Amino acid sequence: MATVPKQVDVGTDYKEKYGFFVPEEYVFKAKRGLNPEIVKEISWMKKEPEWMTKMRLRSLEIFRKKPMPTWGADLSVIDFENIFYYLKASDKQSKTWEELPPDIKKTYDRLGVPEAERKFLAGVSAQYESEVVYHSLHEELSKKGVIFTDTDSALRDHPELFKEYFGTVIPPADNKFAALNTAVWSGGSFIYVPKGVHVEIPLQAYFRINAENMGQFERTLIICDEGSFVHYIEGCTAPIYTTDSLHSAVVEIIVKKDARCRYTTIQNWSTNVFNLVTKRALAYADATMEWVDGNLGSQITMKYPSVYLMEPGAKGDVLSVAFAGKGQHQDAGGKMIHVAPNTTSTITSKSISKGGGRTSYRGHIKMYPDAKNSKSFVKCDALLLDDESRSDTYPYNDVDAENVTLGHEATVSKVSDEQLFYLMSRGITRNEAETMIVNGFIEPFTKELPLEYAVELNRLIQLEMEGSVG
Amino acid sequence: MADFEIRDLRASVEGKEILKGVTLAINKGEVHAVMGPNGSGKSTLSHTLMGHPGYTVDGGEVVFKGKNVLALQPDERARLGMFLAFQYPVVVPGISMTNFLRTALNAKRGYDGKDKSKQISPKEFRSMLKGELEVLHMDDSFLPRYINDGFSGGEKKRAEILQMAMLKPEIAILDETDSGLDIDSIKFVAEAVNRMRGPELGVLIITHYTRILEFIKPDYVHVLVDGRFVLSGGPEVADRLEKTGYSEWGDVEDKPEEVA
Repeated sequence: MATVPKQVDVGTDYKEKYGFFVPEEYVFKAKRGLNPEIVKEISWMKKEPEWMTKMRLRSLEIFRKKPMPTWGADLSVIDFENIFYYLKASDKQSKTWEELPPDIKKTYDRLGVPEAERKFLAGVSAQYESEVVYHSLHEELSKKGVIFTDTDSALRDHPELFKEYFGTVIPPADNKFAALNTAVWSGGSFIYVPKGVHVEIPLQAYFRINAENMGQFERTLIICDEGSFVHYIEGCTAPIYTTDSLHSAVVEIIVKKDARCRYTTIQNWSTNVFNLVTKRALAYADATMEWVDGNLGSQITMKYPSVYLMEPGAKGDVLSVAFAGKGQHQDAGGKMIHVAPNTTSTITSKSISKGGGRTSYRGHIKMYPDAKNSKSFVKCDALLLDDESRSDTYPYNDVDAENVTLGHEATVSKVSDEQLFYLMSRGITRNEAETMIVNGFIEPFTKELPLEYAVELNRLIQLEMEGSVG
Repeated sequence: MADFEIRDLRASVEGKEILKGVTLAINKGEVHAVMGPNGSGKSTLSHTLMGHPGYTVDGGEVVFKGKNVLALQPDERARLGMFLAFQYPVVVPGISMTNFLRTALNAKRGYDGKDKSKQISPKEFRSMLKGELEVLHMDDSFLPRYINDGFSGGEKKRAEILQMAMLKPEIAILDETDSGLDIDSIKFVAEAVNRMRGPELGVLIITHYTRILEFIKPDYVHVLVDGRFVLSGGPEVADRLEKTGYSEWGDVEDKPEEVA
């Protein structure tokens, strides 16, 4: 079938670089809508074990029963019956770039995947539609026992490891969209890092939606065994289509004793995508979990990366940036659940609203009675670029423990005339001056990114800023 | 006709008339000082000349290179060759001084992110920066820091002077550059300005005190009281103010004291 893309005004460079689309050629395409037959068909197509088929069907029931969440952004316009829940972009998995089907290759060529790989990738797992089609892993990592594969392959190739952890961090009944994802999940990344192994180079995956009305329900599972370290980077861009797309991912992470995991996201879905993601990590004794989360695109994002601090000495960090332009609502934040004593957490949230865009910080700090001597600090800074834009803060604190420290700091500021005048008095144009101020505002975030991503993020901000500044 | 002409400039702030007709002609190679008591309109003059949006022009014109700069945006004025050294340099977090200087230089060269040939090369930029730092006897420790963030008063003024040295304006306005500075910093600023003096630079020093004029000898001194020049002359005007203050122009509350 053919689709005609309707162009949305997000700046011409954006369209050229990120808004291209490739005519669809699919081996298989599921029907629209959601019912047990479709779920069974997905599971059958993937030749899954029976327990997974059953889990999918059970999750579908949970999804049906759970009401739509109404406490956050307006989700009432999502039509679940008008979405494709599974597409398979190509029959076989490719191990090398050359083996990729030409149209898929073209998409990734324009995204610059091979170039990025040449520079510092240890492995690439680029998700096209619902299935991972390209995959490579550095030999050295393989030798150390690191598993980096797509989640479907992991279920097939590492069934015991998979079954031990899948759905344990985020069970299907956790929330409506976690249930939906568990029912129809496809693709995503699976990482296992053995005891004491440090993966020095970030592991990366690119996700991309490229079919009208297609939901993308990837499922990621990362297990960091004791004393290990891994940095996983997920970058998303999407072509522009006229009808709404749904992206509802689930990311589960287990960080065992003394291990450290960093999960970096730069999300830049096109502005018709509903981005509803559940991300959660369990951190055990003296383990560290860091979420670095940048949200630029989408129409609505609801995402609150969380860390359950399960044992003494566990540490959780969320560092997030949200940019909301015209018609966008970024409802983001973080959750820190202190279960054990001497646990620490920080949430740093930076948001930018422009052209009537809306950002919300939504956070939850919970300290259970056992979480004695724990500390948590939350800082949210909002920058408003004009009077039509909006920013709100919804912090929920729930403290049942004694001897704990809980700090919260929130600021809302505007790009000041004095800053603009100062920069412009040096010959810098208003648009460039505003871009500088915004990039300066999110610098605490950018400096945590690998250089390539930092440059790309600054470039994306620049494109966003060029959009409607008069 | 002079290189830079202010003709009957009138300006107001929030509806209050501050400048009531200021006329001044500056040629490149000259140093002019505008002196005045608090509330006389000194900072209104500097801000209006550079185009601060909080100041309203009620009349007159400012002609530079054949253009009435009052019709231009601040960035256009800067690219034309004007520079304002701020009395209170503004903090911009997250942007390093180096990045700021590079962006400003590129802007001055007409680089708008597209035509790479106009962009200053990293090598050229580094050697230029190194050269200016040497001439100014400045170390480079503040370059990686954010724009004016956590700078001491002296560091802020030194940074302003470095920007001026890098951007090489044809008309430089120094707005109360001496206020709040210790004597060493005043000397530093004065020496730097003296080094930049020459046939390609016209300078307008705006100051309350005579102290900085001991180190930067002006060619002309103008006394601003209640939005008008009440006296213009050579360096001897500053000497006269040193002795008598602004009291001879009526009920002004202070006289030019030495800075602490």
